Amino acid sequence: MVEKVFAWLDERLGLKTVYDVVLDRKVPKVNWWFTLGSASLFLFLMQAITGIFLTIYYVPSPESAYDSIQYIMTNVAFGWLIRGIHHWGATLMVIIVFSHMLRTYIFAAYKYPRELTWLTGVVLLLATLGMGFTGYLLPWNQKAYWATTVGTQIAGTIPFIGPFITRVLRGGTDLSAVTLARFFSVHIWVLPAVIGLAIGIHLYLVVRLGISGIPEKED
Amino acid sequence: MAKSPHISRNDFVKVTVGALGSIMVVAVGLPAVGYVLSPALSKGNGTDTWIAAGPVKNYPVGIPTLFTFTRTTINGWEKTVNSYGVYVLRQSEAETDIIALSNVCTHLACRVTWKEEPKNYVCPCHDGRFDTKGQVVSGPPPRPLDRYPTKVENGNLLIHVVGG
Repeated sequence: MVEKVFAWLDERLGLKTVYDVVLDRKVPKVNWWFTLGSASLFLFLMQAITGIFLTIYYVPSPESAYDSIQYIMTNVAFGWLIRGIHHWGATLMVIIVFSHMLRTYIFAAYKYPRELTWLTGVVLLLATLGMGFTGYLLPWNQKAYWATTVGTQIAGTIPFIGPFITRVLRGGTDLSAVTLARFFSVHIWVLPAVIGLAIGIHLYLVVRLGISGIPEKED
Repeated sequence: MAKSPHISRNDFVKVTVGALGSIMVVAVGLPAVGYVLSPALSKGNGTDTWIAAGPVKNYPVGIPTLFTFTRTTINGWEKTVNSYGVYVLRQSEAETDIIALSNVCTHLACRVTWKEEPKNYVCPCHDGRFDTKGQVVSGPPPRPLDRYPTKVENGNLLIHVVGG
């Protein structure tokens, strides 16, 4: 029965071909450092799922942001677990994505023909850091407020256009409800869309070009 | 290879990944279901008190009069102020001859209003109609309006509000 259903689907979707090309492709003999990309992808999916769950209760307004998170942590069943995974997963994701970049750099895996894989990777690293920066404000506690005050102020040190960039980031001269709302929007819509698209291209290139092996002495 | 009594490396990885994956899905999936359902499972702080509705003599005899009050409950992280309406009808001069009806339509919970002509409670949503005692006259309501117990102490009317 299962085989019949699978055969029916396979005939139309080409599942076997997808499996062979994507998952059963040939790879050089590599080591554990080559699992960091998969680990990054896993963490992104984990962040996406727990993030979606958090939006069920979280409200991005100065009146409710802090209280809604207190509610998640103390009143909602397993709220502490969902938020805990999102909180620690965020830190872990920055570490893993950065390590993935270091591995690629040290093994010189960014060279021809994989320059575009590297460049989309740069986008992914920056977007990941952007997720960290925007997500940090959302709890709307003292640490969040002052970290964003400092962070947006740092953007203001850019010559000439700095103060303007600070105002764009804050949505005005001060940190306010407007800041919280736009950080939330960027955190749950803009950056996830960018990351999703970049992951798509990144993985397409990994499958199309294959991965480079560990460099030999003569390389 | 095929005759080996031991599990192949390939199969071992498949089984391990499958088992660990299932454990992770269950370990996160079940709490996730609880997380979503959590507020629905908590018991509401139901209203079950005697509400003071003022002196009985404030209510005219023979005309249903709306008495409104608010009650506060905690939903999530904020206070929710709900308005309640009770139609009080003194059927005669006698102090205890009082009918107190909820103004919540028994069809789909819109609020009914008293119309002197044709002496009906009328629901604006689907034209449900009830008579002075709350019995269904016409329209879709499945049962009469909810009636609240009343008592009079020192000439003051008290209404026993249950639920909602």
